[in-house]
Amino acid sequence: MQNFADIHPPFETTDSALTEANRCLFCYDAPCMKSCPTHIDVPMFIKQIATDNVMGSAKTIFDSNIMGAGCAKVCPVEKLCEGACVYNLMEETPIHIAKLQRYATEKAMDHHWKLYTREPSKNAKVAIVGAGPAGLSCAHRLSLKGIDITIYERESKGGGLMTYGVAGYKVTPEFCQQEVDYITSIGGIEIKYNITLGRDISLDELQEQFDAVFLGFGVGIARSLGIKGEDAMGVVDAISFIYDIRTKNLADISVGDKVTVIGLGMTAIDAATQSKRLGAKEVTILYRRTENEKPCTQEEMDIARLDGCNFIFLASPKEILTEDGKLTHLICEKMELGSPDASGRRAPVATGQTFTVETDMVIKAAGQMPFESLINSQHIAHKDGRIIVHPDGSTNITGVFAGGDAVNGGREVVDAVEAGKKAAAGILSYLKIIA
Amino acid sequence: MASLFSDFLGIKSPNPFWLASAPPTDKKINVLRAFEAGWGGVVWKTLGPQIKNVSSRYSAVDYGGKRIMGLNNIELISDRPLELNLREIREVLREFPDRAMVVSLMADNTREAWHELIAKTEDTGAHGIELNFGCPHGMSERGMGSSVGQNPEIAKMIVEWVMEKATITVITKLTPNVHSVVPTAKAVLEAGTNALSLINTIQSITGVDLDTLEVRPNVGGQSAYGGYCGPAVKPIALKMLHSLSKNEVFAHTPISGIGGVSDWKDAAEFLLLGASNVQVCTAAMKYGFRIVEDMTTGLSHWMDEKGFSSLEEVIGLSVKKVTDWEKLDLNFHITARIDQNKCIHCGLCYITCEDASHQSINLAKGQPYNTYTIKEDECVGCNLCKIVCPVDSCITMVEKRVGDEFLTWPEFQRRGLPLNDH
Repeated sequence: MQNFADIHPPFETTDSALTEANRCLFCYDAPCMKSCPTHIDVPMFIKQIATDNVMGSAKTIFDSNIMGAGCAKVCPVEKLCEGACVYNLMEETPIHIAKLQRYATEKAMDHHWKLYTREPSKNAKVAIVGAGPAGLSCAHRLSLKGIDITIYERESKGGGLMTYGVAGYKVTPEFCQQEVDYITSIGGIEIKYNITLGRDISLDELQEQFDAVFLGFGVGIARSLGIKGEDAMGVVDAISFIYDIRTKNLADISVGDKVTVIGLGMTAIDAATQSKRLGAKEVTILYRRTENEKPCTQEEMDIARLDGCNFIFLASPKEILTEDGKLTHLICEKMELGSPDASGRRAPVATGQTFTVETDMVIKAAGQMPFESLINSQHIAHKDGRIIVHPDGSTNITGVFAGGDAVNGGREVVDAVEAGKKAAAGILSYLKIIA
Repeated sequence: MASLFSDFLGIKSPNPFWLASAPPTDKKINVLRAFEAGWGGVVWKTLGPQIKNVSSRYSAVDYGGKRIMGLNNIELISDRPLELNLREIREVLREFPDRAMVVSLMADNTREAWHELIAKTEDTGAHGIELNFGCPHGMSERGMGSSVGQNPEIAKMIVEWVMEKATITVITKLTPNVHSVVPTAKAVLEAGTNALSLINTIQSITGVDLDTLEVRPNVGGQSAYGGYCGPAVKPIALKMLHSLSKNEVFAHTPISGIGGVSDWKDAAEFLLLGASNVQVCTAAMKYGFRIVEDMTTGLSHWMDEKGFSSLEEVIGLSVKKVTDWEKLDLNFHITARIDQNKCIHCGLCYITCEDASHQSINLAKGQPYNTYTIKEDECVGCNLCKIVCPVDSCITMVEKRVGDEFLTWPEFQRRGLPLNDH
């Protein structure tokens, strides 16, 4: 279990939090705030910690990001708030914003601070599909305004990928449950678990029963590699792998001796480090481009390196070799960098040269697949499976809104929270309730 | 290497850093430790009538996460038997004959009481006496301490009694709890004091406990006004020092500077504004005696760098750089300049100029970093942006005179020149 202990421990004492809080310069129009997708007023919440106004601090955070506690643990802050901290420009350690955010929000959750009072019911009902970050964020905003919310959740717990898709050393399932409970403690939010859209209930039914619908059902399993041998025993997708770690006894999770992880995003790192920590002898991360183009943060990369993971850059999976239906080798193609693609990063180009890696487990973590058939079946306009929304979160169907991974294809928790917030404003406007 | 040797009206010490009369100088054990650490001298904690102390005694004001911006105390003069103090003073003098030993005194307001105390003190071999006319708590309620210092007539009378008896150097320590220290300083000078020292502590309440609603320092639920000292009082002390050092009346009266001296820089400032040496307490109470090492080496290196070889060359050098407001030059003008290579885009200069000064900084929005530039025509040269900027030398003030001649406000008025165009 030690391998899955908190990788970013909290401040041990009030003094250590205060020392850090007092280091903050209280910038104006602060770069950290502008680099947060939910625009948390970071200097203000840190100032509030420094003055022993922790309740005010927690409120400042939650006003912008109701999942501020979870985001403090899973956000890639190096690319966001902390990466923008002006101390970086002085070659000084940036303020430990996430740690301070955790300090304030955990106090709020642990003490059950009631920071919000719901407005009287407006006799308006909204259905939300998915109790992940987007859905919960949208639900909280709407309930605050007196809207009655019903959330339909496919799994048996809320929190979405926070609960099911993140490495154990970042957040525990217990924490995720606590966060869901804290958010819904505002009242007016009912979560119906184990109900899947398109199977147990249809969008038409939701539209009939509710005044508006928000779709925040995220994305599905890992993108398929589209190579020969992919259905072999020993080839798994990262989302399912992490889902198992999050929901089963660690002793019951099978992991290979020589694991190969495809991709270098945050999920790939999570899959690689969790494999290593589960006992894999060798873990190799295969990435099509070079380290310079990596989608994960340097900090994540360092965690994988410290865990002893190997990296093969400029390599793409080409074919999976099996023996008796069981994976034995992965044939890889060497790549080189060509001209920049749509993401602005130099695109990998196949060279035709190949090499072979011995492996008994391949974890696919090169992006996730949208629920394209579900979206099609409900007649929702999309592009490559990603729901198309207007800036207010509305879709092509009147009264149906969407946000989070289902729209953006799979980004950070904090992006989903912001999308839920925006859609809530859109819904309030649609329902002619002043936001 | 500059010499730090100090000769305060015949009281010699290897450096100008004395420990002020206070808890750190109450006992032989403390003073020996201080001298071992390198302090130039001490003013032994005030001897006088037998008293008793309360508990607690100190409280502090913290600021920005740092402890002790200011310290307050309600401790009285030495609560140890007079004979014990006198014996220990003798013993310390034997062990450290090269250090300054001054003894702070406070007696009941009778000639006899003062004469007796002075005789006993001189008998120890001490080099000087400091008259405690400044303690603002407890003793002042009994007509001593600051209640003497606040009344020039009484102060004068007592110094006259003292001078009848004293054969060693007499320093009168002044209270800042007055509208001006000058009247009492003049009165005690007329009465014959050899030297002055200032400031004693400032009457204060440091705060209220927001849980219990009790006031600090707390003695069983009750507080009393305490004497405030430490870094927070330094600017007040410097001003009071200057109000004496600029005055011709005190031209030949050495002044021992006290009030928030925490490091060699503070000491240098006191010297430059006319103090002949400095006395330290709060800094030693916060960190212990070892800080003197930085004080001596820092002052010495600074003197070397500036080409000063002795303290005498430093003392009073900046006194004339303070004048009356109406003698200032209205044509002197500076404007801020932001070094874009050093700017970290914190926006503090902008928001403070916008909200609290003259709206003289441009903001060009950026993601995530804004760019800030000075509107030179609007800038009044107030320094605020430079003061709040967290980066050394990022904002500099550039001289841009608005006229060639030196123009004072009286002259400006005399000529009937136009006021600012607002």
